[in-house]
Amino acid sequence: MSDAGLTMEAHGHPPGMVVGLPPFTVPAKKMAMWLFIIADAATFAACLVVYGFLRNGSADWPRPFHSITNVALMTLILLTSSLTMLFGVRAAKAGDKALAFRWTMITALGGVLFALLHIREWLGLIGEGMTLFHNPWGNALFGSSFFAITGLHLTHVAGGVIALVVVGLRYKGGRFNASDLEITGLYWHFVDLVWMFVVPFVYLLNLGH
Amino acid sequence: MDAPDVQPHEPAARYTDSPVRYIVIYVCLLVLAALQFVVAYAHLDTSAMFARMLLIAIAEAGLALMFFMHLWAEKRGFFLFVIVFTGFVLLAMQYGWTDSNRMETGAPYAQPKPGVLPQ
Repeated sequence: MSDAGLTMEAHGHPPGMVVGLPPFTVPAKKMAMWLFIIADAATFAACLVVYGFLRNGSADWPRPFHSITNVALMTLILLTSSLTMLFGVRAAKAGDKALAFRWTMITALGGVLFALLHIREWLGLIGEGMTLFHNPWGNALFGSSFFAITGLHLTHVAGGVIALVVVGLRYKGGRFNASDLEITGLYWHFVDLVWMFVVPFVYLLNLGH
Repeated sequence: MDAPDVQPHEPAARYTDSPVRYIVIYVCLLVLAALQFVVAYAHLDTSAMFARMLLIAIAEAGLALMFFMHLWAEKRGFFLFVIVFTGFVLLAMQYGWTDSNRMETGAPYAQPKPGVLPQ
């Protein structure tokens, strides 16, 4: 068998190191991100299924949301940040480093805005008397499930913002390349994708009409 | 020295999408998201509302996966790996719903059958 594609010395690996072809010819870092995304999708899905289980089994599930303005604005910001991320990766692939960096930072700014709106919303609910184990409207488990799901998502957004800034700066400095930016973009789109399920199930189904 | 843009194995996916395509997908996602908000204000019972919102969310996720995350441009084997594996895991999680329904309605297993004393 030819060792073409198996011996990686030409690609900067230590001499003599033999590495197999990556599965599906997807680069290792990208494959690692996809595997992380699949695992993370299962985590979020488990949280949403448990949330649905509790909601379905409860006769007095609260419907505390009276306005969609905040959540609509958050959705718009997150979707737009996905678009700016795409423009960033596209610029990076075209070799326009300055433009790619600018779009990446705009994406990170979108993430910061989203997080600030989210925290403002949390503070409003806490001000109305909602805590992890108590709320004035009904089933006490609402607070814990709401904060668990939105908190997990907010953690992902915060992590994404940090990753975007770090990868963006390193890309600008020449330590990372367009593929690294693209892989960070995959993560950011995933955060956006999860929000598409959180909004209807956690917010819109609990609108007080 | 700049990090090389060429990887040992060049990605199978080639991103030649135009910005116009990205903007079209973005607008589609916005419309679908808006549709969810419209459904939220429709006078539907919770299960009908849930079904509609789930369908819209799946459509949104599909668009984001295929075109924003470029899964469509990857090799078919990788595409199938992601979809089949993730789909199986997500479907396997749906086991709990029957028990949730039992909790809500107290039937059929929560109540003893007539004439049968609980142990």
